Amino acid sequence: MQETTANQVAANATSSFTEHLQRQRPDLLPFGQHAAGQHVQTGGPGVPLQAPHGTTIVALTYAGGVLMAGDRRATMGNVIASRHIEKVFPADQYSVLGIAGTAGIALDITRLFQVELEHYEKIEGTLLSLDGKANRLGAMIRSNLPMAMQGLAVVPLFAGFDRPAGKGRLFSYDVTGGRYEEQEHHTVGSGSMFARGALKKLWRPNLPESDAVAVAVEALYDAADDDSATGGPDPVRQLWPVVYIVNRTGAYRVPERELAAVAGTIIESRAVAQREA
Amino acid sequence: MTQQFYVSPEQLMKDRADFARKGIARGRSVVVISCREGIALVAENPSPSLHKIGEIYDKIAFAAVGKYNEFESLRQAGVRYADVRGYSYDREDVTARGLASVYAQSLGAVFTAEQKPFEVELAVAEVGISPDEDHLYRLTFDGSIADEKGFIVMGGQADKVSEAVAAGWQGELDFAGAIRLALAGLVADKEADTLPASAVEVAVLDRGSESNRGTRRAFRRLDDADITASLGREN
Repeated sequence: MQETTANQVAANATSSFTEHLQRQRPDLLPFGQHAAGQHVQTGGPGVPLQAPHGTTIVALTYAGGVLMAGDRRATMGNVIASRHIEKVFPADQYSVLGIAGTAGIALDITRLFQVELEHYEKIEGTLLSLDGKANRLGAMIRSNLPMAMQGLAVVPLFAGFDRPAGKGRLFSYDVTGGRYEEQEHHTVGSGSMFARGALKKLWRPNLPESDAVAVAVEALYDAADDDSATGGPDPVRQLWPVVYIVNRTGAYRVPERELAAVAGTIIESRAVAQREA
Repeated sequence: MTQQFYVSPEQLMKDRADFARKGIARGRSVVVISCREGIALVAENPSPSLHKIGEIYDKIAFAAVGKYNEFESLRQAGVRYADVRGYSYDREDVTARGLASVYAQSLGAVFTAEQKPFEVELAVAEVGISPDEDHLYRLTFDGSIADEKGFIVMGGQADKVSEAVAAGWQGELDFAGAIRLALAGLVADKEADTLPASAVEVAVLDRGSESNRGTRRAFRRLDDADITASLGREN
């Protein structure tokens, strides 16, 4: 087709912040063409690059929406890199995202995704649909595939409130950007198999909000019990998991004192039971 | 070969300025008022979806009069500029001053170099912690930039509207008061004495958005019910 001005204008019109960066400032992307061709410097043949890793994230639906929680530990090999890291973030007003994998890249992808959603909202004057948001995140994870092949993988978990459908929904991803909708609950990261077992026993349909918080914290407790890379509640440092709730009114973070009470109850009940496993 | 007619630079610039002024004077007006609770942006605009007022960034809003396609492309460019800057440095490094100077440069470049100048007038508003720290910038079609105090009136009947707003302006106004004042200004040149909520577009930059609504994004668009409610509050 002839290259008319109208065609050019239409081709250049993008509501995507990532596309804009790809055209104008590819150096700012957390994953870029510059990274695709060359190998990331590792510590020698067969030695993986040492970088902090984020671990367990759990998410579950409840009566009024969906909830996501993450522990506070980042590990680098067998060393605890951070006890304070946060891995669950609000993506926009009605969605949250949790990230497991290479922490540095995951944090940058999160920041890019947050700007991507806000940018679309400002340019278009309307929010993206929940499926639209989930697909955009999938595309970003796929862009990171060359880095993932070199051991710098990022695996997110995405949850949001679908306003037209009036319910909370959950999406998981693989490193190729494949997007899978999950029912009831899901978990990612190194402690996920233990958290998953706990969720299977504790979750039930139409959980009230306060019970949902307790279920998520207990699932993380179980993950921390058996997975060394997952951090449990830390009463000494007063560190509790990061928990976000998304419902019809939007996403909000569950306050610390509420989490302290929930974690306290769980630790107490386990101590009273005096069981080894 | 035909010889081009000589036109003096003075005449050329004067013609372009007259052309742009005429284009702007056809449009309806916009009022931006700084008040106690934040900054209120009020435009006469019967369309519910084609906006003259928009969000640029956390504390920064945009208002424009003139040709829609021209100011809309400037608004989108502003959003892109702000988002790239905030992403590559930090969110607090995005300021109205930086944005306004980019706008001034683009408007100036278009005015001197392009076939036709932009027929637009823009306002860039940034809400601060107190009214003293608010920034209101007015940008005209030729790239001139002015730092205004208190309020900005732009558009077709700017003189009359401005007179009415100046008469009632004081820093202690709340949002409802500021919106009422802006509407009183906008009807100053009309037969009618009020504007229906459906004929205006209103948005605010909320000074206390972090404490009131838990968001760093201060921009909030008011729907017709909100406008009617804020107008009725003191009547």
